[in-house]
Amino acid sequence: MTETELLTWVRGPGFQIATIIFVLGIMLRLFEIIMLGRKANLAEAKGPEMSSGVRTIFTRTLPDASTFKRSTFTITTGYIFHIGLFVVIFLYAPHILLFKAVLGISWPALPSTVIDATAVITIITLVIVLVHRLKDPVKRFLSNFDDYLGWFVTILPLVTGYIAFHRVGMSAPALIAIHILSVELLMIVFPFTKLMHMFTLVLARWYNGAISGYRGVQS
Amino acid sequence: MTKDLSRKDKTLGEALRSQGISRRSFLKFCAATASMMALPPSMIPTIAHALEKARRPSVIWLSFQECTGCTESLTRAHTATIESLIFDSISLDYHHTLQAAAGHAAEAAREAAMEENDGQYLVVVDGSIPLGNPGYSTIAGISNYDMLIDTAKGAAAIITVGTCAAFGGIPHAKPNPTGAVSVSDIIKDKPIINVPGCPPIPVVITGVLTHFLTFGTIPDLDNLGRPKTFYGQSIHDRCYRRPFYDKGLFAETFDDEGARKGWCLYKLGCKGPTTYNACATTKWNGGVSFPIEAGHPCLGCSEPDFWDGGGFYKAISMPTENITKTAIYAAAAGAAAGIAIGATGRMKKAGARKAHQKVTIDDLEK
Repeated sequence: MTETELLTWVRGPGFQIATIIFVLGIMLRLFEIIMLGRKANLAEAKGPEMSSGVRTIFTRTLPDASTFKRSTFTITTGYIFHIGLFVVIFLYAPHILLFKAVLGISWPALPSTVIDATAVITIITLVIVLVHRLKDPVKRFLSNFDDYLGWFVTILPLVTGYIAFHRVGMSAPALIAIHILSVELLMIVFPFTKLMHMFTLVLARWYNGAISGYRGVQS
Repeated sequence: MTKDLSRKDKTLGEALRSQGISRRSFLKFCAATASMMALPPSMIPTIAHALEKARRPSVIWLSFQECTGCTESLTRAHTATIESLIFDSISLDYHHTLQAAAGHAAEAAREAAMEENDGQYLVVVDGSIPLGNPGYSTIAGISNYDMLIDTAKGAAAIITVGTCAAFGGIPHAKPNPTGAVSVSDIIKDKPIINVPGCPPIPVVITGVLTHFLTFGTIPDLDNLGRPKTFYGQSIHDRCYRRPFYDKGLFAETFDDEGARKGWCLYKLGCKGPTTYNACATTKWNGGVSFPIEAGHPCLGCSEPDFWDGGGFYKAISMPTENITKTAIYAAAAGAAAGIAIGATGRMKKAGARKAHQKVTIDDLEK
């Protein structure tokens, strides 16, 4: 298989397979969770569920002061790499073209130099986060294979993308093919690991807000 | 130098002088060639000396499944440049399109050249070789495959000119009805220099010839057998429109403001980022322009399988198939499966609740 053939395969059938597993897996898991339902609450409602739930989805995006004080490092690095991932994935022109091809919508891109710098910051932060996870006894105790796999498949597309952008070591078709392959690996692993938090956090936050609202307490 | 020297016995220097090329022009060419091949200035006298003395090498040009576009590119220089004269000065002993002889006489010329220059001659191939049925392409009743094997035996090196000979090219494109393959798919025991492109840049072939005449070796090649001097950098990296890519300024269509302003053609399917060739630096038509400068995205013609690369006007980052449809079906199937699994769980739970029997005192006393 030549490099061009590999690139054509990852852009065609490879991406097709990854999309099927990614979308099917996410929908399956979300609907499984929704289908679990909740036990009927026999207590009288002291406030609205829905508005409190929806509000909490947004308010929990920012940490409260005491939590931030307690875990300043974790929260700060978490913000950096999450925002970094958002910028790199959604604001790079070739990536936006992909979303346009699949979703039919597009938005303005950032200059590639900004993306390049953001990628470097994100990669460094992810490495720092891993080191911290390994060094901190509590975090290490709480971590399992799922956490390390999630970290690996997240940093891999960043690293391969960075190398492909700078064309180091191999020819461009091979580097771009490897980058797309690493994204496909992420897509395949995504629904079956903790990376699902990208979608389940909405449900979880809503649920937290909703039970608080039902009880008439602030969330 | 005597006038009765037969053309074949002339050195390259003599041949050039007899065509009215001054020593000054010749040295200028040597300097330009040295700089083009990224050689230090100290190499200029070496090149000049080697070319002066070089006997015009015998070249056998084999045209297989091709369109003659490569020959057109190399011979139709718009002015008689010194490069084209170097090209004229090789002893082109066999070339369908250019030779006067035909039929058996032509084949006899090839055989004579092979015999006279055994182990010394260069073979230039343009066109792919059909393995499906020998009858797809024959010359004087000889299949392309047989002729290549026979001619390659005594060759010093083989230069493939054009993507068809280098990688299979358009005949190799799906579904490849003739079973077309490249020269390197068949010949394994000879040095092969791939000069792909559809067609390749004329100056690249003279550069490769000059290198061979000067050093007697083949130039540094990349993993696809292409001279690094000319195929070492991607079109994208040397493109004059690259700053627009970096700024995020793209032409969205062929006639929008971006196109008029000369912005990056990535969104229109430009294959510059995955294509290695010298178009952006040496350019075409005597350095006038190249496709991107003319407003058209690079097709990636110097890369293997460029014809099957997922569409000329589709950006490299876009999927080649309809992913929207796939995603909708996958979402529906996932939702249905999730609901089915959830419902099964609920039924199981309800069943268990129904089957649950309370333990009474009587049961315990049993």
